[in-house]
Amino acid sequence: MPKPKSIIVVKNLSKIYKTDVLETVALDNVSFEIKEGEFVAIMGPSGSGKSTLMHIIGALDKPTSGHYVLDGKNVENLSDDELSEIRNKKIGFIFQAFNLLPRTTTLTNVMLPMTYAGIPKEERVKIATKFLNLVGLSDRLNHTSNQISGGQQQRVAIARSLVLNPALILADEPTGNIASAQADEIMSIFEKLNDQGHTIVMITHEPDIAQTAKRIIFIRDGKIVQDSINKNRRTAANIKKEVLKHD
Amino acid sequence: MTEFFELLKESIRTLRLNKMRTSLAVLGIVIGIGSVIALISIGQSSQAAITSQITALGSNLITISPGSQSSGRIRTATVRKTLTLADAEALKAADLSAVKSVSPEYSSRLQVVAGDANTNTTIYGATSTYSEIHNLKISGGRFITESDYNSNSHIAILGPTVVEDLFGSSSYNPISEIIRINGQNFTIVGVTVAKGSSGMTDSDDVIYVPLSTAMKQLFGITYLSAISIQAADSEVMVQAQNQVGYFLLARHKITDTTKADFTIKSQEDLLTTASSVAGTFTSLLSGVAAISLIVGGIGIMNIMLVTVTERTREIGLRKALGAKKKTIITQFLTESVILTFTGGILGVIIGIFTSYFYSRVNSSTFTISPYSVLLAFSVSVVIGVIFGWYPAKRAASLQPIEALRYE
Repeated sequence: MPKPKSIIVVKNLSKIYKTDVLETVALDNVSFEIKEGEFVAIMGPSGSGKSTLMHIIGALDKPTSGHYVLDGKNVENLSDDELSEIRNKKIGFIFQAFNLLPRTTTLTNVMLPMTYAGIPKEERVKIATKFLNLVGLSDRLNHTSNQISGGQQQRVAIARSLVLNPALILADEPTGNIASAQADEIMSIFEKLNDQGHTIVMITHEPDIAQTAKRIIFIRDGKIVQDSINKNRRTAANIKKEVLKHD
Repeated sequence: MTEFFELLKESIRTLRLNKMRTSLAVLGIVIGIGSVIALISIGQSSQAAITSQITALGSNLITISPGSQSSGRIRTATVRKTLTLADAEALKAADLSAVKSVSPEYSSRLQVVAGDANTNTTIYGATSTYSEIHNLKISGGRFITESDYNSNSHIAILGPTVVEDLFGSSSYNPISEIIRINGQNFTIVGVTVAKGSSGMTDSDDVIYVPLSTAMKQLFGITYLSAISIQAADSEVMVQAQNQVGYFLLARHKITDTTKADFTIKSQEDLLTTASSVAGTFTSLLSGVAAISLIVGGIGIMNIMLVTVTERTREIGLRKALGAKKKTIITQFLTESVILTFTGGILGVIIGIFTSYFYSRVNSSTFTISPYSVLLAFSVSVVIGVIFGWYPAKRAASLQPIEALRYE
């Protein structure tokens, strides 16, 4: 079996927020590596720096110092537009607030990243339909985002994150805004995606949710305080509901 | 090309999603542009109407009226008796080189009865020269002749408004009908062609009778209300004014021109005065129009700023999902271009329609100045595009994470 390649390599990463009077160290010399096929939960209390880390990993923000290589590409010195392209091609985002376009159909929402990647319309529709089918929303293609439940919205967001086959799925508190029953559905989708070989990094402060990951990184005060394999993993077997329509 | 159409479709879709916002933005532009076009058009058509009515008063016309020009007092209702028929006769007899013809006139309002209909109208005592000097056209019958004047005949020529008032319709042919003016019977011998109205005064609401009849039998007076003079041609207007002026001064034995007991005004003077009044009117309207354009512009500015600011989170999301700065700016620019152009075209249509409606109601000429359309349209579009583009550029330059967090 070949050695899995590195998706994320973070070395001596620091992020310092400066105001006139105050310097806040959000990330302090953080280093870690995430390989292809991993399912990592980044945990920590609020203010620990986990969100800052997620933004930097997601190429949404730039570090103050240190190095970050995403899927073999050095990210720290890229221009805004180059970062847009990296986010588009390599990262599938799932946000706590779903962040779907308001009053826009599910299909159009899922097609959005492909629009920016310049994929022709017919193919966009085909791919979007396929992934909406994967998350069990094939009967909701033309519903607008305000006509479906929070859990369904998050599933739309998951479909959206997958359409360009990204190297990394980055989820920020994916279950933070939805009911627990639906949260389990979301988590079992993640597990399934990970089984299919997707690399997932998930930021959360809920231990329950973090327990579904294979590896847990714990951050406090901008430093990694713990980085270990999750031995008590809560898997789909524990979850009664089967929501994935397997094809 | 397909990319462009997709962008256009996407923009239209977004605009349709927010019907309220979109219609408010469009409304601001429509009002801005529409009012400018309508107000400028109304001003110009009023100016044109005044000019054409003054021209219609007669060609190379000089009017002598009784009373002093230099009086600083407010004109009162006092009847001025300084111009007489003898003055007119003398002017005619003098055969001044710059004067082509002379028309002594007297006018006053009287009650007129025909059958059981009656009206209060202006009675003009005139001579045969009147119609030529005042560009008066006869649509049926004839005008006053020398012999009517000499024989004090009881004949009348009616303006179309009077015909309508007395006989129910302006198309009625009243020739040979009898009307009673001041208890005396007059036979209608002619009807004039409509000249149109100017604001409060209707130049078709008149009855012409021989001056001799009017002076001796209707009003019992010896003086005139005006003497109209037609200059030989437009080149000698000033000369004619001077000749007439000095002739009358000599006749009235006045040596100091500032104490003249009559006033001479040429049509040009009238035109100049009226044009300057109308010009003031137009600039007033233009001022109002400019203000509405500014207000409209600020409205556009506001709605565009709000629209883009409100969508900062959406911009953040789009950037997070891979949209480049240019893509975002192009999208918002396309939206504002669609908005302003739609509003612009609607505004032009509504402005033109309003002007047309105004001109119909006031039966004035319908004029649209392409300049005002262009000005209003381009100002609104430029404002719309700049204020659609600028906040979009600002939002697109934000770090996606800042935009996503924007409240």
